[in-house]
Amino acid sequence: MKYRSYSLLVAALGTATLASSALAADGKISSNQFNPAISLILDARYTDLDQTELELPGFQLGGEAGLPEKGFSTGHNELTISANIDDRFYGSLNTAIIYSNGETEIELEEAYIETLGLGSGLTIKGGQFFSGFGYLNGIHDHAHDFADTPLVYDALFGGHLKDTGVQLRWLAPTDFYLLLGAEVTSGSEYPSGENADNNKGRTLFAKTGGDFGVSSSWQLGASYYQSKFDVREAGGGHHHGGEEAPEADNELLNGEVDVSGIDFVYKWAPNGNGKQRNFKLQAEYLIRNEKADAEFTEDSNSAEAAYDGEQSGYYVQAIYQFMPSWRVGARYDAIEADNKISSFVDNGVDQDEFLEESGLGAEGKPNRSSVMVDYAPSHFSRLRLQYSKLENGHGEKDDQIMLQYTMSLGSHGAHSY
Amino acid sequence: MNRLPRKMSQLLLVLAFFVVALPASAKLNAFACEPEWAELVREIGGDKYRVFSATNAFQNPHFIEARPSLIAKVRRADLLVCSGAELEIGWLPLLLRQSANPNIQTDKPGYFMAAMQVSRLEIPQHLDRSHGDIHADGNPHVHLDPLRLISIAKKLSQRMAAIDPDNSAYYSLRFKLFRRQLNKQLNQLAPLIAQLEGQKVVVYHKSWSYLLDWLDMTAVADLEPVPGVAPSSSYLVKLLKQIRQQKPAFIMVAAYQDQKAAKWLAKKSGLPLVVLPYTIGGNDSSNNLVELFADTLEQMVQQGLN
Ligand SMILES: [Zn+2]
Ligand SMILES: [Zn+2]
Repeated sequence: MKYRSYSLLVAALGTATLASSALAADGKISSNQFNPAISLILDARYTDLDQTELELPGFQLGGEAGLPEKGFSTGHNELTISANIDDRFYGSLNTAIIYSNGETEIELEEAYIETLGLGSGLTIKGGQFFSGFGYLNGIHDHAHDFADTPLVYDALFGGHLKDTGVQLRWLAPTDFYLLLGAEVTSGSEYPSGENADNNKGRTLFAKTGGDFGVSSSWQLGASYYQSKFDVREAGGGHHHGGEEAPEADNELLNGEVDVSGIDFVYKWAPNGNGKQRNFKLQAEYLIRNEKADAEFTEDSNSAEAAYDGEQSGYYVQAIYQFMPSWRVGARYDAIEADNKISSFVDNGVDQDEFLEESGLGAEGKPNRSSVMVDYAPSHFSRLRLQYSKLENGHGEKDDQIMLQYTMSLGSHGAHSY
Repeated sequence: MNRLPRKMSQLLLVLAFFVVALPASAKLNAFACEPEWAELVREIGGDKYRVFSATNAFQNPHFIEARPSLIAKVRRADLLVCSGAELEIGWLPLLLRQSANPNIQTDKPGYFMAAMQVSRLEIPQHLDRSHGDIHADGNPHVHLDPLRLISIAKKLSQRMAAIDPDNSAYYSLRFKLFRRQLNKQLNQLAPLIAQLEGQKVVVYHKSWSYLLDWLDMTAVADLEPVPGVAPSSSYLVKLLKQIRQQKPAFIMVAAYQDQKAAKWLAKKSGLPLVVLPYTIGGNDSSNNLVELFADTLEQMVQQGLN
C-alpha cells in the first residue's frame, strides 16, 4: 500500500509538494485555454398539423409568434459563446440560426455583458437580453419543456420579451430569497415599436422563493413592463412564422403598452435528488393593456380608429420525470382579448373588414391543451413527442403532433432555476 | 391612485427594517457545497464560522438545482468551500453569478475548491461525451483519501487565516488538532486496512476511486456503464458475467445512490452489498470526518469480507 506508514504520512504532510504527483495536469499552457465556452444546440422536428398560420383573434401578432412549418423543419439552432471576460465582467452571445422558406437567417437572441460580484447584492447587465420579466421569458427555447411556447407568450411578447438596454438587479441580504430588478430598454421591440428616443422600455420585476423541506422548492414573481411607441407594424391577425407581413399596411401609431404578470414555479424531487424522479409545476398569468391610433391601408383604401385593448392569458403546466431520462408533461394555455374601437373613420374599408384585417377584432378565446413525453439519455440529448389540440377561437380545432430533438454540443452551461 | 405608492413605500420600509435589523454577528459565513466540506469548515473554523451545507448525504451533488434558497445563502458567504474539478458545474457557476457576492468569485480568497488543492486521479486523456459525464480536471471525489484530506485541511486553514488574519493562530491550531485526531484513528484502523488491501470490488460511480487508491484496492466493475449514466438491465447482465470471472469481494455504493440495481446485482451474484455513508450524515455513525473513516472501513470489512 502506498501510504501505509502513518509516521511517513505525517512527515509527508510537511512537504507542500505532496499533492503534485505525476497525476497532476501536465501544466501545458496554450492560447486555447482562454477560449470562451461554446455551446451549440441542434433542434429539428417533424410536425403534423392542418393550419399553416397562427391565428389569434384580437391579437396583432409580432416577434417570432407563429406555427412551426408543416412536415420536416429545423428549429432554433442556437450557438452560444460565453465566458468571464475578466474578474469584473461576464459576457454572453446567443444567436439562433433559422432556416425557413428557403432562407437562412441568423437572429441575435442575446448579446450582453454582466457584472460579476459587484457587491451589495447588485448586478448590472447591459446589451441585448431576454428581459427578467416573468419566469419562462428568460429561458431559451431549447430548455423549454414543450416544443412550442405558450400562447400567451406568443401573443403578448412574440415569443420572448427581449430588448436592448440595461438591467439592474438587487439581491437582498436576507436569509430568504428576494430579488428586485429594473430595466430601461429601447422599447422598440414588440409589443412596443419604433420610438424616436429609442429608450422608452421600462421593466420592473421582483422574485422571491425558498424551500419546503429538503424535497421541494418554489419561486414566485411579479413583473411589470411599459413602453411608448410612435409606430408598431403588425402582420394583422394572420401571421406566418418568420414570413414577411402581407402587402397591406397595418400599423399602430402613438401607442402605449403595458404588461403585468405573475409567475409561480414549484419543484419537487425526493430528498432533493432530481436525477431519478422529479416534478415541476409552473404557471404564469399576464395582462396587456395597449392604446393607440390604429391605421389599416390596402392599396388606396384605408381605415382609422382609436384602439384601446386589454388582452390576457395564462398557462399552467406540469412535468413529471417518473424514471431517469423519461418525462411526461401536460399543459393548458388560453388567451383572450377585449378590444375597444372608437372614432372609426372609413376611407374605403368598412369597420368589419378593418377589425378582421387589423387583427383587432376580438371574438373567441383561443386555447390549447398539450401533452408531451420526452426521453433524454443524457443531459445533452433529448427526443420529444408532443400532441396539442389548438382551438383558435373561431371554433376551428387543429390536432398538432410534433416530434422534436434538441441536442447540445460542446460546453453546456448550468440551467437557471 | 395614490394608494399604491404609499403601499410601496410601506413595503420598502419593512424591507429596510429587515435589512438593517439583521443580527450583526461577528461570525463569518461559510457556504459548503457538500457535507464533507461543511464538516471540514467546522473542524478548522471552529466557532468563528457559521456553516451552511448546500447538500446532505442523501443528495447527489452532481445534480442540484441552483434554487432561490441557495442563491440567498451564497449572497452572504465570506467563504465558499466546494469540491470543484467540475463536480458542481451544473449549478455552482450560476450561484456565483447570481449572488453578486465579490468575496467568493473565482480566484478570490473566499473561493476554495478542495479537489483543486491536491493531485487528482482519472484526468481524461481526451474529452469526449460518448464517455459519459466526465470531468476535465479529473475525479473530484477526493475526500475519502485521508492523505489528500489532511492536505486540503491544511490549505483551508491557511485560506481561513488569509481571510481572517486576527485568528490565524486559531485556525492553524485547529488544523493540527484535526490532523492528530485523524491520524490516531487511522492507526487504530490499521488491522482493517491490512485486511482490505488488494481486494477487488464493484463500485457505483467514480465516488470511490480515492478511497480505493489509498487502500490499494481495485474496482473491477462499475455499475454505471459510463459516468453519470444509470445502469440498464442489459448492461447489468453483462456486468454479472464479468463479475463471475473477476471474482470481486463485494459491491460498494453510497447512501445517496440508487440501490435498486446494486441490490439486483448482489442477489444474482451472491456478493455482499455494502452501503457506505460516503459523507457526513450518510448514516448514524458518521457525524464527523474521523468517524466517517472508522465507519467506512469497519463496514467494508464486517459486511464486505465476512
Ligand atoms: Zn441547456
Ligand atoms: Zn462524479
